[in-house]
Amino acid sequence: MKETENKDKFLHEENKKREVTAPDGSIIQIDPMQDYFCDARPQVQEPYKIKIVEKFLNWARSESIWILGFGTGCGSIEIPPLVTPRFDMFRYGVQMRPTPRQSNAFIISGYLSVKTLKRVIRSYEQMQSPKYVLALGSCTINGGMYWDSYNTINRLDQYMPVDVYIAGCMPRPEALLAGFMKLKELIKAGKAEKANEYIENLDWYKANQKKIIKDWNMPDYNW
Amino acid sequence: MKKIIENLGYKFILYEVEYQRKNLTFVTVDKENTVQLLAYLRDYEGFKHFVLMTAVDWIEDGLFQITYILNNPKKKIDLAIRTKILREKAKMTTAHHLWNQVATYQRELKEMFGIDFPGSPRVNESFILEGWDNIPPMRRDFDTKKYAEETYFPRLGRGTNDPSEYMKQKLYPNE
Repeated sequence: MKETENKDKFLHEENKKREVTAPDGSIIQIDPMQDYFCDARPQVQEPYKIKIVEKFLNWARSESIWILGFGTGCGSIEIPPLVTPRFDMFRYGVQMRPTPRQSNAFIISGYLSVKTLKRVIRSYEQMQSPKYVLALGSCTINGGMYWDSYNTINRLDQYMPVDVYIAGCMPRPEALLAGFMKLKELIKAGKAEKANEYIENLDWYKANQKKIIKDWNMPDYNW
Repeated sequence: MKKIIENLGYKFILYEVEYQRKNLTFVTVDKENTVQLLAYLRDYEGFKHFVLMTAVDWIEDGLFQITYILNNPKKKIDLAIRTKILREKAKMTTAHHLWNQVATYQRELKEMFGIDFPGSPRVNESFILEGWDNIPPMRRDFDTKKYAEETYFPRLGRGTNDPSEYMKQKLYPNE
């Protein structure tokens, strides 16, 4: 009961329960949080049964890593050099995409404030499986220089699953490329199954996320 | 610079004047005159550019110090206006009618220090801390480290081994 009250308090005006007049003149009740969003639980994506097909799929996945253009902290400044001829990430099949629906890799580049974490979770959940997360910089590992900050998370793996950590403050673009290579290895070996791990432990992740995001005014599951 | 301060002295009560640099001076005035002084400086002395506005928590004296920094782009000088307000139920006159961007600074101060600016636009909306339910985090009685440890799952520090001790234990465990 307390949780629902809290939810209504932070809900945006357009998402609140209300009565509207339909085009035919009748008055209907709408509840956008129920009507506009799907509340079915996501399903774990099983690997393909024939092994060689799964292997082929994994190879194909590893050759097209499309990252979401979402820079969260100071580390996002390391991503633009990757697009330049000097580092050239396109030769590895890595490219930037503007929307979550088109991308399958998320680079958490540096520190994450609670406000950004909320947006990150929404974006991450909208990405299509199989999806991968690279955590860049020491802030995502143990908080880095913001370890005692009032508004910055310390460990990213408490809130979302991480495939590859890239240590450093800041890591150079070369380190980022090495991270991509490592991610490719993991995908080819069939070990990059963190998206399924997230779905399996969804309740634990959600509890952790809701502990710090106090104005939870979005649907529980965003896909 | 000294001439401007002298002129100000005829019109307002200045408590402290501190000449920090050739082109930067700090002036302390009381709470009631602050916004008037800002308007005067903007309209008659050419301090047209509002640089920033910030607060300092003097917890021992029970005071907040608010500093406004103004810039005169023609003479290339800065003037900082300081004022002290009570820490209990902190309230300050709004200055958003002088410069639009002041409203944003005041919104931030409301969130970070809990200083209220009645009448300032959107001052009660959350700025960075969405859904914050603790005391404002920039106040000095807010224990940041304790809060972070309780909230954000701190990772334990890396274990270290002194090489000589380690080898001693490994090679001669009984001694």
